[in-house]
Amino acid sequence: MNGLSNTQLVLLGTSLLGGVAGIIGSFAVLRRRALVGDLLAHSALPGLCLAFLLLNSSSTLGRAGGESASATHPWQFTVMLAGAFIAGLIGVVAVTLISRWTRTKEDAAIGVVLGTFFGAGVVLSSWIQNLPSASSKAGLQTYIYGQAAGMTREDVWFITAVSAACLILVTLLYKEFMVFSFDPGFAQAQGWPTLTLDLTMMGALALVTVVGLPTVGVVLMAAMLILPGAAARFWTDRLGRMLVISGLVGAGSGVLGTLISAGAFEETFGFDPFRFGYNTRNLPTGPVIVLCATSLFVLSMLFAPRRGVVAKFARRAAIRRRIQHDHLLRSLYELSEPSLAPGPGNIASMATPAEVTIAQLTEDRAWSAWRAGRLVRWANAHGLAQRTHGGARLTNEGLREARRIVRAHRMWELFLISGADIAPDHVDRDADSIEHFLTPEMIAQLEAELTAQRKLPSAPDDVPHSPHALSSAEQVRADQARADSARADGDGLP
Amino acid sequence: MNPSVTDADRAAAAATSARRAPPLEIHDMTVAYHRKPVLWDIDLVAPEGQLIGIVGPNGAGKSTLIKAVLGLAPLASGKVGIYGLPYSQQRHLVGYVPQRETVDWDFPVTALDVVMMGTYGRLGWFRRPGAAERRLAEECLEQVGMASYAHRQIQQLSGGQQQRIFLARALAQDAQVYFMDEPFAGVDAATEQAIVVLLQALRNSGKTVFVVHHELQTVRQYFDFVILLNLRLVAAGPTATTFTRANLQQTYGGRLTILDEAVEAVRLGEAPR
Repeated sequence: MNGLSNTQLVLLGTSLLGGVAGIIGSFAVLRRRALVGDLLAHSALPGLCLAFLLLNSSSTLGRAGGESASATHPWQFTVMLAGAFIAGLIGVVAVTLISRWTRTKEDAAIGVVLGTFFGAGVVLSSWIQNLPSASSKAGLQTYIYGQAAGMTREDVWFITAVSAACLILVTLLYKEFMVFSFDPGFAQAQGWPTLTLDLTMMGALALVTVVGLPTVGVVLMAAMLILPGAAARFWTDRLGRMLVISGLVGAGSGVLGTLISAGAFEETFGFDPFRFGYNTRNLPTGPVIVLCATSLFVLSMLFAPRRGVVAKFARRAAIRRRIQHDHLLRSLYELSEPSLAPGPGNIASMATPAEVTIAQLTEDRAWSAWRAGRLVRWANAHGLAQRTHGGARLTNEGLREARRIVRAHRMWELFLISGADIAPDHVDRDADSIEHFLTPEMIAQLEAELTAQRKLPSAPDDVPHSPHALSSAEQVRADQARADSARADGDGLP
Repeated sequence: MNPSVTDADRAAAAATSARRAPPLEIHDMTVAYHRKPVLWDIDLVAPEGQLIGIVGPNGAGKSTLIKAVLGLAPLASGKVGIYGLPYSQQRHLVGYVPQRETVDWDFPVTALDVVMMGTYGRLGWFRRPGAAERRLAEECLEQVGMASYAHRQIQQLSGGQQQRIFLARALAQDAQVYFMDEPFAGVDAATEQAIVVLLQALRNSGKTVFVVHHELQTVRQYFDFVILLNLRLVAAGPTATTFTRANLQQTYGGRLTILDEAVEAVRLGEAPR
């Protein structure tokens, strides 16, 4: 560590700090204890102030403290951090006691304790700033707002030691932390000392918070505990992977934020992609690191596969599209159904479906002509229907597909009428919302049940008759009116 | 006097008494939250190898009874014995199914991960579950018919499937006595039947199964033994003789006795003026 330049030193410190905050913070996020990071960081402040006063009041310390603003002396540094650590833990214990022994709920207790401690801290710190003797009050500023650039070799040693200790802890107690975080009651019944585990987790959280204070400061440290874990949750459904990703996000934010605020991009590439017309060299490192973590969180929230917002919207849109396609095929089938009527000796699949006009489709589905036309063009492009002058006609392939869809729809309707005791004129829309999600196994099961009840046509794969009149558009409107009036009635109640 | 002989004698005596002692024995137990009793003077001896229903109205302390036995609720007084010894010495003999809503199902674990948690107690500190634990967990999933869902994240399971995962986790604990807190809550009829069959199989293999249960209609059908509870123990005994109209009336309302009123007054924290 002695051979490192100042920037390298700061990089090492911030990346380690970001990584370990991400890993330890993940457990807080998963246990819905995200606010505890906030609590720890804020209640550390009066501890810092008291430790500072202690250092300044003792004469030997006063001389040493007068020389430099930042905590150059390891023991001075240690005393300040110990003060912060102890005050943070007192805050956590206070919340635990209040929520356990009074009617105050935990979130309210956190609010009370956090506010009280931080208020006391601010009063103490302003008092310190008015002290004539305190030439080193800048040291306190450092802890409140953070100053990564001023990181010393001792700071980095400390961060390295804490990171190593936390990593070992999480590796050793991975299974214990997992069962305790997921199901504390079960863990306790199984004989794990849950209070000790809880305190161990809190202790690690407090330790990380406290060593992070000089770098990112009191307020932003809480964010560094939560953001990486919250971001990582979007990328995976496994705890182990989440911890690794969270650590990487935290470390990445540390590196990126340090480089940006050190103006390293300009030095390396000749231009700074983050400059936006301003000089980034003078930006405070801590807040930039937090903003980098925020960016990674937002990116994860939007673009993570499966859990991301974009992926969710895409999935929903795909389902909506498929439902519309199903609806089109069913309408084409039902509107041309008379032409397909299977007579004696006339196998249904041999008949040619009649043409269905756009006007019929808009009437049947309450679609706009534009939407009906677009869906027909889709069916035409996929070989399921043939576009005609004023409408469309199912192709053989389309007929097969439509038959499958209509069959599922009507079997589901028949099942609802016989199995769930729903009136025939109500089943169409109920069936509508489910039929698109029926799996082949469920359809097979429906088939078996309905065959047993002799509700299906004798020819295999034949489409059963609709159990209700096929004027869905009218029915949709009637249902709508009924629902509206019901809602109006409901609103009228006191 | 030869100390080793005494030790051996004591061990043998303990083993005999452990065999003879009932799976659950509660003596004069009172449970209090915030100093207000929620269970009052419970005395209970439960028989071995039976399916036992814990029945009573909402807020009667059914879950609390289980939690108190497992050391999850504070005892204000009294003693609990599992096969004659305190629970803390008998954990390895006990399996637990908590209520489904008590955990966050969005937690990043798979069904198999959750079931493997059942083996953690035997593993002890620091040891990670290995191939043997994994195989056992897979077998337990198989038993509850969830083998094909082993690698699903638990949020992506239906309520009944989640309940079966919890059941599989208790099976993985490989216990003699099981405590299940509303395993039928929010479960469809088919799953309920499957669970009942599983519980009966456990009973038939000599295990004792305690089940907190809500549906009065199915009590006779499911349970060999019932514990009727409403802050106090109303009755406990074989279903045929205990699950009677008179006992139910006493459990679910009717006239308050003086004792009930006293309990209620203490619960509300009202002191006579």
